[in-house]
Amino acid sequence: MIIKSLDPRITRAGIDDESKDGIQQPMDQWHTYEVFQQKKRGTHHVHVGSLHAPDAELAVLFAKEQYARRGQCVNLWVVKTSDVFTTEYEDEDIFATTPEKKYREPEVYKVMDRIQAYKAKQNT
Amino acid sequence: MELTERHVEGLKELLYKMADDLLILGHRNSEWTGLGPVLEEDIAFSSMAQDKLGQSLALFELLHELGENVPDIVAFTRNDKQFHNCHLVEMPIGEYDFSLARHFFYDHADALRFAMLERSSFEGLSMISRKFRGEIKYHTMHADVWMKQLSQGTEESKARMQSAINATFPLALGIFEEGEYEAELKEAGIFEGESALKHQWLEKVTSELKKHGYTLPAEKDVAPALGGRKGFHTEHLQPLLNEMSEVFQIDPGADW
Repeated sequence: MIIKSLDPRITRAGIDDESKDGIQQPMDQWHTYEVFQQKKRGTHHVHVGSLHAPDAELAVLFAKEQYARRGQCVNLWVVKTSDVFTTEYEDEDIFATTPEKKYREPEVYKVMDRIQAYKAKQNT
Repeated sequence: MELTERHVEGLKELLYKMADDLLILGHRNSEWTGLGPVLEEDIAFSSMAQDKLGQSLALFELLHELGENVPDIVAFTRNDKQFHNCHLVEMPIGEYDFSLARHFFYDHADALRFAMLERSSFEGLSMISRKFRGEIKYHTMHADVWMKQLSQGTEESKARMQSAINATFPLALGIFEEGEYEAELKEAGIFEGESALKHQWLEKVTSELKKHGYTLPAEKDVAPALGGRKGFHTEHLQPLLNEMSEVFQIDPGADW
């Protein structure tokens, strides 16, 4: 089986998990870390990419130059890729009807009519 | 206070040695681009090299305001005798252990120097010192983390860093070679002087290295690499200058 990773670079390398070449020797390969960047205090951290690093301390240091050397940044998070738990693409159907659930959005509430009416009244 | 001619000369001497150190080390460190040990480190090291060129440009611009030629001419048309950088920065990149040791020693000195200069009476200098504070802080963070990492790696990584520290220390002491105008600079509140800076630096690098189980040779046991500030250089500087100015020399009048 070819190793599939969240990191596309590893997937692209086409490493066979049966072959000896694919077996990581200690100190041979570094972990990958996922990088999250916050552009302004109070806003969400947003995933911006991944990188290789031997530990979290160097991952943060590398992330600064790799992802935050241009543009605004106030804070970085790094998370070891293997610590990210994900849904499977084969379960993608659990999201299938999500776009149809308009009734969950506040715009379709009947109360909106009354709010609009109240606003209109305030403006006259 | 009113600056006399000697004050201005002293100020120029200070600006030249700082700008030349940054220009030469920026160029040297950029030689790692594409050859760094791993992609992520290559990017970080190259980016810091660019920061150094940016900092040297800001200093050359201050010199231009004081009547010196424009930055490009000053950077690309002088020969080695006219450069005031210390020997530390002109040495070839060697192996990564040397480049990291140089990075550690130089950038701590640079951070302390710019921190002193934030209080300088020469406003242009105090302004750029505040401007570059964050950039330089990252450079020392980067250097410190590598020192720590390699002290905890393998026997080999620790031994190689220790021997790079030993070999680089005498060169690093050359950063603090005193100039002709130390007294004038102090008197005018422009710069507190190389000897005060060296004192702070020794304290800083000693404690940082001690944290990770490295030792620093005693200052009295080594001969500092002096002469660079006065234009006496090793055989490594002129070839670097030839390479650095190669494109400029093709057409010095070109508009970039």
